[in-house]
Amino acid sequence: MSTSRVIDGVNVQTHYRDVEHQLSAAKQGIWLFMVTEILMFGGLFVGYALYHMRYPEMFAEGARFLDWRLGFINTLVLIFSSFTVVVGIYYCQANQMKKAAAALGVTILCGVIFMVIKYFEYTHKFHMGIYPGNMLDLAKLNHHLAEAGEPLIKSTNLGLYFGFYYCMSGLHGIHVILGMSLLGWCMFRALRGDFNANYYTAVDGVGIFWHIVDLVWIFLFPLLYLVG
Amino acid sequence: MGHSAHGDNYITAEKGLMSWFTTLDHKRIGILYFVSVMSFFLIGGIAALLLRAELFSYNAAPNVGEIFKNGDVYNQVLTYHGAIMVFMVIIPGIPAILGNFFLPLQIGAKDVAFPKLNLLSWYCLMAGAALAVTTMFTTRIDTGWTFYTPYSIRTQTAVSMMVVAAFIMGMSSILTGLNFIVTVHKLRAPGMTMHRMPLFVWALYSTAIIQVLATPVLAITLLLLAAERTFGVGIFDPKLGGDPVLFQHFFWFYSHPAVYIMILPAMGIVSELISTFSRKVIFGYTAIAYSSLGIAAVSFFVWGHHMYVSGQSELAGTVFSFLTMLVGVPTAIKMFNWIATMYKGSIQFASPMLYAMGFIFLFAIGGVTGIILATLALDVHFHDTYFVVAHFHYVMVGGTLMAIMGGFYYWFPKMFGKMYNEFAAQLSFVFIFIGFNVTFFPQFILGSMGMPRRYFDYIPAYQPLNRISTVGSWLIAIGFLIALYTIIDGLINGKKAPNNPWGAKTLEWQTTSPPPVLNFDHEPVVTAGPYEYK
Repeated sequence: MSTSRVIDGVNVQTHYRDVEHQLSAAKQGIWLFMVTEILMFGGLFVGYALYHMRYPEMFAEGARFLDWRLGFINTLVLIFSSFTVVVGIYYCQANQMKKAAAALGVTILCGVIFMVIKYFEYTHKFHMGIYPGNMLDLAKLNHHLAEAGEPLIKSTNLGLYFGFYYCMSGLHGIHVILGMSLLGWCMFRALRGDFNANYYTAVDGVGIFWHIVDLVWIFLFPLLYLVG
Repeated sequence: MGHSAHGDNYITAEKGLMSWFTTLDHKRIGILYFVSVMSFFLIGGIAALLLRAELFSYNAAPNVGEIFKNGDVYNQVLTYHGAIMVFMVIIPGIPAILGNFFLPLQIGAKDVAFPKLNLLSWYCLMAGAALAVTTMFTTRIDTGWTFYTPYSIRTQTAVSMMVVAAFIMGMSSILTGLNFIVTVHKLRAPGMTMHRMPLFVWALYSTAIIQVLATPVLAITLLLLAAERTFGVGIFDPKLGGDPVLFQHFFWFYSHPAVYIMILPAMGIVSELISTFSRKVIFGYTAIAYSSLGIAAVSFFVWGHHMYVSGQSELAGTVFSFLTMLVGVPTAIKMFNWIATMYKGSIQFASPMLYAMGFIFLFAIGGVTGIILATLALDVHFHDTYFVVAHFHYVMVGGTLMAIMGGFYYWFPKMFGKMYNEFAAQLSFVFIFIGFNVTFFPQFILGSMGMPRRYFDYIPAYQPLNRISTVGSWLIAIGFLIALYTIIDGLINGKKAPNNPWGAKTLEWQTTSPPPVLNFDHEPVVTAGPYEYK
């Protein structure tokens, strides 16, 4: 039953003894949820490993069309955002909620930069005829390559690489957007005065989520961009 | 929420339908699950009766009409029977109904760790179920509950929608599992050490680990299947060098552990029932508790036995065969311990105990035929025949459904504060138990005669045994109708239940029937194990 009482300025639900007890349960729950996230991406990583073993040349050929500089910038942006979310938590602990909200705002901004760069990467590929799987337009792509004087595509199943590219980066992108919404929600609550030095569980949890999203990208970047 | 008057219980504490749909009380959420899962069971059960009715005769037999216009309709009904029973009945069944209600009570907690997530998990199941039912009014789905590629990529039926439904229901399962793990770790009453927890809690805990670790893999599999159908990403498509068997690997990496999501909590219930109705300390408490964890651990390494004939390497097949047989060890540990508990006990043949003993009998048959199917050479002969169908119905229906019925009769007085008609409950057992064997035992024989599963028709030689099987399905239906009667009659006319009608020792029996909103009037302090019968 979710009645609660206030201890040390924190709403503690009836079934918990004290603030610490409630927080430790929440932390455990968040980490368990992160395990499910990692296992979900794990399926994609296993599939990637399997097909990379079968068709190494096709993966190398696909990675040609990914600009490692853009991927690298995005990696830096996300690593920096992991830092700013920690700054946000630091200010929560110090009870400086406006600064905490500002740090979360910068984190969201990093997410926006990441997504904008991804948008340009995606649209450029669509322009070249690079769609996932069966939809990949090999004739159009080779036409573009011939005009630019670059070597033509040899693999007939290049779409499979881009099937992975769009599935992995797409699912990751969805998580970035989710993370940004959650960060926005934390920012709003911080400004509304929901949190104090004893209670900022939501920021903590969303912070962990954001780190995991960041971590997944750190694996995706070499696997997709640098594999050639 | 205001102060509730003294003597109020969780049912009377609040009034009105909305108080149920917005409740954060784990007991009320358990009841919500009960009503919804039983409704799904009714739909899945009607589908089963229709399938059996169709198979009463071979299609060209004289003097009988056909139930279905053609094989397509049969395939659809078969798919809905499987998908509903698996995703909407057996997987949420015990954890979400009885687990929700009794896990906090059995460890002396006031609620589960995250009451809001608990309610969200019910809404996820309902949203998924609504979507699944909606597909019945579109192009329907005919892939079987396993959604095997490449057929599931090519068929024009509503696979994507069904897959999204299963994804959302998976969310529900993850949230329930996550909640239970944290509850067990964080909310045990003073003195309730891990080794004093009732075995039902141990079973739910092991189940929860599987729910959290396996379900995400199903999630990504289903997402990829939906992406395959929508964008043609090629990962399961041989045209681009993709591998349809990879889908089977992914699918069974979840779905085999999921089989233990179905059976582990059932084993937990049986441990409670056997001890209570034998008036004896459970034999081998630690062995039973850890064998649950053992089954959960092994469950992740046996998925390949679903692919013996799918082009998997012989070495992989041999390894999976060995690992699969390993499951027999912790399972047998439980079986022997239950029998040892009953030995020289003072056994009371109340209806819950009858169901528990029915479980042991049927699960022994289901388990032993599982070893037969795990054997490579035999499986080449038996795969995709009715032998497999009979095997998993013995485990899932004979096992899980028997336990859920036993558990439900056992805890009914606590849940609703009323007693049911014992004679009618025993009668329901007789019909379900006999009907079950009449339905499914002939299917072992049909399978070894070579009758393939999932077909709309068969050769005349299979007809006599199929007729017996269909008659059995009617007996089961009568049994469940009687069970439904005992529930309704108990709710309306039942005598007031005492706090501890069975003289059991676990914590839920120390509080009032039905329990108060916060479960216990005073926080219990535990000083002994759960089955200290003198």
